[in-house]
Amino acid sequence: MRNCEAMIQPVLQVEGLAKTFRMHHLDQRLHAFSGIGFTLNAGEFLLLKGPNGVGKSTLLRTLYRSYLPRDGHIWYHTVEGRIDLARAADVDIALLRRREIGFVTQFLIARPRVAAEEIVAEPLRQAGVARSDALAEARRWLEEFGVKRDLWRAYPTTFSGGEQQKVNLARALILPQRLLLLDEPTASLDVNARAALVRRLADLKAQGVAMIGVFHHPGDVAGLVDRDIELTAEEASENVDF
Amino acid sequence: MTLASLTKPWEAFSYGFLDASAKREIRRKMLKAIAVPGCQMPYASREVPIARGWGTGGLQVTLTLIRPDTSVKVIDQGADDSVNAASIRRFLARVSGARETLDTLDATILQSRHRIPEEKLGPDQILVLQVPNPEPLRPVEPNMSVARQMHGDADYSRLWLTLYEQIVRSGRIMQGAAYPSLVNGRHVMTPSPIPRWDVPKLHMAQHLTFLSAGREKRLYAVPPFTRVEPLVFSDVPYKVEDHAGLTCHRSGVKGYFMNEIPQDDGTSAHELSDSHFGVKAIRRAEGEAVATGETWYQNGEFRP
Amino acid sequence: MNMQEIQGASARLELLPPQLMTTPPLLTLDGVSRRYGDVVALSDVSAVVYPGEVLGIVGESGSGKSTLLRMMNLEDTPDTGDYRLNLPGLSTNLFGLDRFERRMLCARQIGIVYQNPHLGLLMNHTSSGNVAERLLIAGERSFEALRGRAREALDASEFPLSRMDARPMELSGGMQQRVQLAKAIALEPALLLLDEPTTGLDVSVQALVLDTLKRLQRDRAITMVIVSHDLGVIRTMADRVMVMRRGRVVEEGLVDQIFQDPQHEYTQQLVHAKL
Repeated sequence: MRNCEAMIQPVLQVEGLAKTFRMHHLDQRLHAFSGIGFTLNAGEFLLLKGPNGVGKSTLLRTLYRSYLPRDGHIWYHTVEGRIDLARAADVDIALLRRREIGFVTQFLIARPRVAAEEIVAEPLRQAGVARSDALAEARRWLEEFGVKRDLWRAYPTTFSGGEQQKVNLARALILPQRLLLLDEPTASLDVNARAALVRRLADLKAQGVAMIGVFHHPGDVAGLVDRDIELTAEEASENVDF
Repeated sequence: MTLASLTKPWEAFSYGFLDASAKREIRRKMLKAIAVPGCQMPYASREVPIARGWGTGGLQVTLTLIRPDTSVKVIDQGADDSVNAASIRRFLARVSGARETLDTLDATILQSRHRIPEEKLGPDQILVLQVPNPEPLRPVEPNMSVARQMHGDADYSRLWLTLYEQIVRSGRIMQGAAYPSLVNGRHVMTPSPIPRWDVPKLHMAQHLTFLSAGREKRLYAVPPFTRVEPLVFSDVPYKVEDHAGLTCHRSGVKGYFMNEIPQDDGTSAHELSDSHFGVKAIRRAEGEAVATGETWYQNGEFRP
Repeated sequence: MNMQEIQGASARLELLPPQLMTTPPLLTLDGVSRRYGDVVALSDVSAVVYPGEVLGIVGESGSGKSTLLRMMNLEDTPDTGDYRLNLPGLSTNLFGLDRFERRMLCARQIGIVYQNPHLGLLMNHTSSGNVAERLLIAGERSFEALRGRAREALDASEFPLSRMDARPMELSGGMQQRVQLAKAIALEPALLLLDEPTTGLDVSVQALVLDTLKRLQRDRAITMVIVSHDLGVIRTMADRVMVMRRGRVVEEGLVDQIFQDPQHEYTQQLVHAKL
């Protein structure tokens, strides 16, 4: 049963967000975007659209703080109140990432000699779930995403791109977050895995997870999208030489 | 007043061989040693008429303590009649006018190489042990300055480590004589190469013990009623030599520390190491009225 | 809180102090400076490490990173500066502790792994003995407990127990580092310091040692400070990174930000120079 109030609770309020890269060795500034603003509520799915290279991925990374914004605000609502991710201390960002903000890419940073099921179970373990329960849940999701059973105890460093990506997704989505940032998660996935992903996202959405995504095949998630933002070349990529 | 009345007649050497300033320095170091039990005090080791390595350290302490009314006993591995023990004893008597004795109960100063007598010593007796190597950390840390720092920091972990590794390697502690012991809960000393059998005798004893190394120029002390605890792990108890069941073939005495004498047929005979203790037993068996003191060990077991 | 050289202030925003993180930092260094004659080793360096996190300190030779680590281990004292650890019973500037207090603190609460195993190990004693020595310093006197706890620490460091009584000088570089690690964690210290822990090891061995470190960190939530000139090591292990150059902190931030969006000119050079 859904709480109607929760549905209109804002999770993210972005105001005037701008990103510029400064490359010292070229003495150049690369203007990525500016003036970005939007609101995202719990359970909402926001799709980022625009031509390749326009800065969609850059925007996601700026929200996640892998990139430092030049200007603007990223108001994030937590139980403790509102915090501006653009200016938050590193330790606060680290805390939020552990607790409630997730970033899903197509790149798995696989660690040698850690089994796939251990990698997937890790977020649960870190949240305090007992090892056996966490592993059981991890296996369930590996199966859901179509990872063959005999690979569960194997090391993902030996897997194909597609298999690694499935492990990646299973791990990233095993613990419901409050905010999920998705950067082309379906690249290198087969049809079944894509479907499994969409199902999981729908499930999380129903649980109130707010999502912003960049999708190679936006058609996959058409049923989930509440709103979209189109990034145009005007807001992005103005190379200014100083 | 004449000069003659102010001075003493010429003597070939001072009373007790050592001159007054030597004795003063050694006395000061001895007092310091008593004040910090088990801590090695360096002293200026004088030349005496025996070579280094033959008991010069013990001799200097005894010469400092000796008085005309002293009764002195000297033993070497328990025997009064070894050449060196006898020489030292006669020398001591000659330079001080003290009385020589072989009886532990009679002596006021006992100088010993590598053994403590079996009969308990009392509060009026002083034991002086000869020490070849006073530094218990030497096998672990050859650098003297670093070793001093370790004593200062009470950092004996490396010593404990060697004991740990002895058990790992051989199943038991291999340290035979000179078992490193903690004195007064603070300093670790080597009790000199006395057997493990003898180390418990130093713990909470009634008598005062000095340990002195002439060649290494260090002395240390165990005052009466001071704790002396061999370094042992809580779950690997201290074990003494297995002499409880041995019998002396000359005196018939049983349950004391023995010397082993290999026989022609390949077996071993055993003989009391504390030779005068054995002599007293023989005399008693022959009907003489001989006084034997209470011993630390009874029936082969240590009884504190 | 931290003095940083921020070049091109228009490229980034000034960060605020922590709001959500209510746990106080475990380690705080403030205004640490040290010169040796004319050479400035450290200049007004400040750092903060929170419980359970891994701080990576990266820089080239001469950056002062190893000097800083030595300060954290109280092997050296700075000309000026304050050092606090948020542990029970400690409320003073640790640079002011006397010799005995310093030894006890380092033995019990700080573990360290050096690049050169000869610095961190007693090469002529057994591997288990090396670990036991730590326990003995802390007062352990039961042989069985020494053996058992040494075994546990070596096992946690993924050192083969069949060789626990081999001496470090008989072991390979990777194994020696594992013994150092076991020694460092034996007393479950609050802080683990690692100075170029995998430098000099074969690449494949490096990966294995890092993996052990990562697993250990995850299982025990040990707070770590890792110094390395190798960006790969920092990237694998650290949560936050401090970039040092010629004794100063040039930039600091989350590990992904430092690598993906370095702000300072020097950081950009470092990151882009990775082959």
